[in-house]
Amino acid sequence: MTQKRLIQKIAFISFGLISLMVVGLLFAILGFIAIRGIKVISWEFLTAMPDDGMTKGGIFPAIVGTGCLVLGSMIFAFPIGVLSGIYTHEYLKDSWFKRFIRVMTNNLSGIPSIVFGLFGMALFVNYLEFGDSIIAGSLTLGLLTLPVVIRTTEEALKSVDDTLRMGSYALGATKLQTIRRVVLPVAYPNIITGLILSIGRVSGETAPILFTVAAYFLPKLPGSISDQVMALPYHLYVLATSGTNMEESRPMAYGTAFVLISIILIINTIASLIRRRLHKKVKMN
Amino acid sequence: MKKFKKLVEYFVEAVLFSSSTITSLTVILIVIFLFREGIGMFNSSPLEQNFVIVVSQKNPVQELNATQIKAIFNQDIVNWSAVGGAKDSIILFTTNDITNYYSEEELGSSLENLPAKLNDFILENPGAIMYISSKSLPPNFAGHKLAVKKIGVADFVFGEQWYPTSEPIPSYGIWPMIIGTLMVTLGALLFAIPLGIATAIFMAEVASMRIRNLLKPIIELLAGIPSVVFGFFGLIIIVPLVQKTFGLVVGETVLAGSIVLGIMALPTIITITEDALRTTPQALKEASLALGATRWQTLVRVVVPYAKSGISTAIILGIGRAIGETMAVLMVTGNSSNIPHSFLVPARTIPATIAAELGEAPYGGLHFKALFALGIVLFIFTIIVNSSVEFIKNRSRRA
Repeated sequence: MTQKRLIQKIAFISFGLISLMVVGLLFAILGFIAIRGIKVISWEFLTAMPDDGMTKGGIFPAIVGTGCLVLGSMIFAFPIGVLSGIYTHEYLKDSWFKRFIRVMTNNLSGIPSIVFGLFGMALFVNYLEFGDSIIAGSLTLGLLTLPVVIRTTEEALKSVDDTLRMGSYALGATKLQTIRRVVLPVAYPNIITGLILSIGRVSGETAPILFTVAAYFLPKLPGSISDQVMALPYHLYVLATSGTNMEESRPMAYGTAFVLISIILIINTIASLIRRRLHKKVKMN
Repeated sequence: MKKFKKLVEYFVEAVLFSSSTITSLTVILIVIFLFREGIGMFNSSPLEQNFVIVVSQKNPVQELNATQIKAIFNQDIVNWSAVGGAKDSIILFTTNDITNYYSEEELGSSLENLPAKLNDFILENPGAIMYISSKSLPPNFAGHKLAVKKIGVADFVFGEQWYPTSEPIPSYGIWPMIIGTLMVTLGALLFAIPLGIATAIFMAEVASMRIRNLLKPIIELLAGIPSVVFGFFGLIIIVPLVQKTFGLVVGETVLAGSIVLGIMALPTIITITEDALRTTPQALKEASLALGATRWQTLVRVVVPYAKSGISTAIILGIGRAIGETMAVLMVTGNSSNIPHSFLVPARTIPATIAAELGEAPYGGLHFKALFALGIVLFIFTIIVNSSVEFIKNRSRRA
């Protein structure tokens, strides 16, 4: 009996230590970037153009570029993803068609980002002749996040109690009215959170934009959606691996990584804050 | 009014329906475009456009494959008898050799005499093999073009050499990358599966609610870190660490890639395993405990077996994540195109190759097509991964 307890104790403690190690890994990565990156951050770094073979100046065009790509991809992926999630969850009955759509969505979410890059290049850049442009990059990124948006929408709708729907129907509401007035208001916080989290994902993606939009060095702001832009993740890649002067550009790399990580941390925090606030609101109503 | 309402309902449903088809449409389009660009490489000659390989009219050899041509131009094969021709030694002649044979005056200021000179050369040297632009040949040339065998699927998949820009003939063998991808993935899993499952068990079964609520967002955050940041971290911290620990010349190795990928696969494995462990009905656990089993015994004998299919799904999705990962691997594995024979040598993976080379490959050229063909291979890998997940799901649903 005591031996059994001992085994249990050893096992549980080692599992605890392993978990601690995993957490430690995250903090090692974050800490490493934060400690070395924060020294580089200044107003100039955030708002100036890169200069002197990317060893001086700032990363302003990369920040703006990432902003454009996030905005562009979300304009595309938000509505389609949410509508698609509503359709598959609220309208489709369990049938081969529903299973087909679900399998296809799963497949899409399993496709590696570099394949999206190839696809975006073949379809948007070359076939539709958009060229390397914000529109090509945004559409590629939008398709990449579509499964995430669909899934979060479905999860959010699933969490809505069926009695609410029944109640609404019993009062004579149509399906559309029920969804608009009853289901969506309840599911809305979760949908929004999911959407915000997918922004975080989009802003860090590199492989899909390599051949669809990202510019190696372009010290000006985009004028239209058919311009190329720099982007934070690609800029970090360039600084870390192929800058003209690697030693000198290292601080810029730390700074860029810090900005990228901060954006993602901020987005995650906003998402959880919104979730908490909207949940309270919905409950109060 | 009622009719109008009904119309609106139909209209909305149609809009919703068309949105829901976008994902399926995208998957189909991805397949179409990958094949459209990639399949072309199996229908074309491996020679550079507008370049030909010519031999003397008297030479009986009509067709050579890429390996033979390479061997000839590397002077591993020096006699025509080795490739089915007459016993005659091979004389190499490429564009770069022109000035060794003829002076600039002989060729003329704008190379206007070049076609005639090439004609002379092939007449004087029956054993010659020339790799030359087809534009510089005279209209009634005294030699014949050698047919070059097209690249076969087997040459592509099992070929051990990847020299996409070598002259006169490039090699497109992706075997080193397939091995590289599999080794990096395997290494990542050896690292991520035990850590991931242990953490998931800790979160689902051991830790208190408060600690779990603390861990959950941390794991989510780990999942949210962009791969390029992992790559950067790997490049600055893990690569030198590997180099020092094992006393290597370069730290960019399969091992470094495996560690970075392992960290990246952790959140996937942890989250899905934890969800699976949580699905075990409370009644089963309580029954086990009531029979006098310890929590550990219950965990090993009841909870884990119950969650088996969920844990397998977690592992397979971890594999999927690792196989397709591009940027981090590109930054830390060294990108050598040799077949890796251990974990401590550089290697390259399929996604990293695409990312590294597509920018330099001329649009529509053979190299470009080869990279799309690599994309097809990667796509097939992910389809296998996804189908296994579906398979496991269906089986466990039936059981």
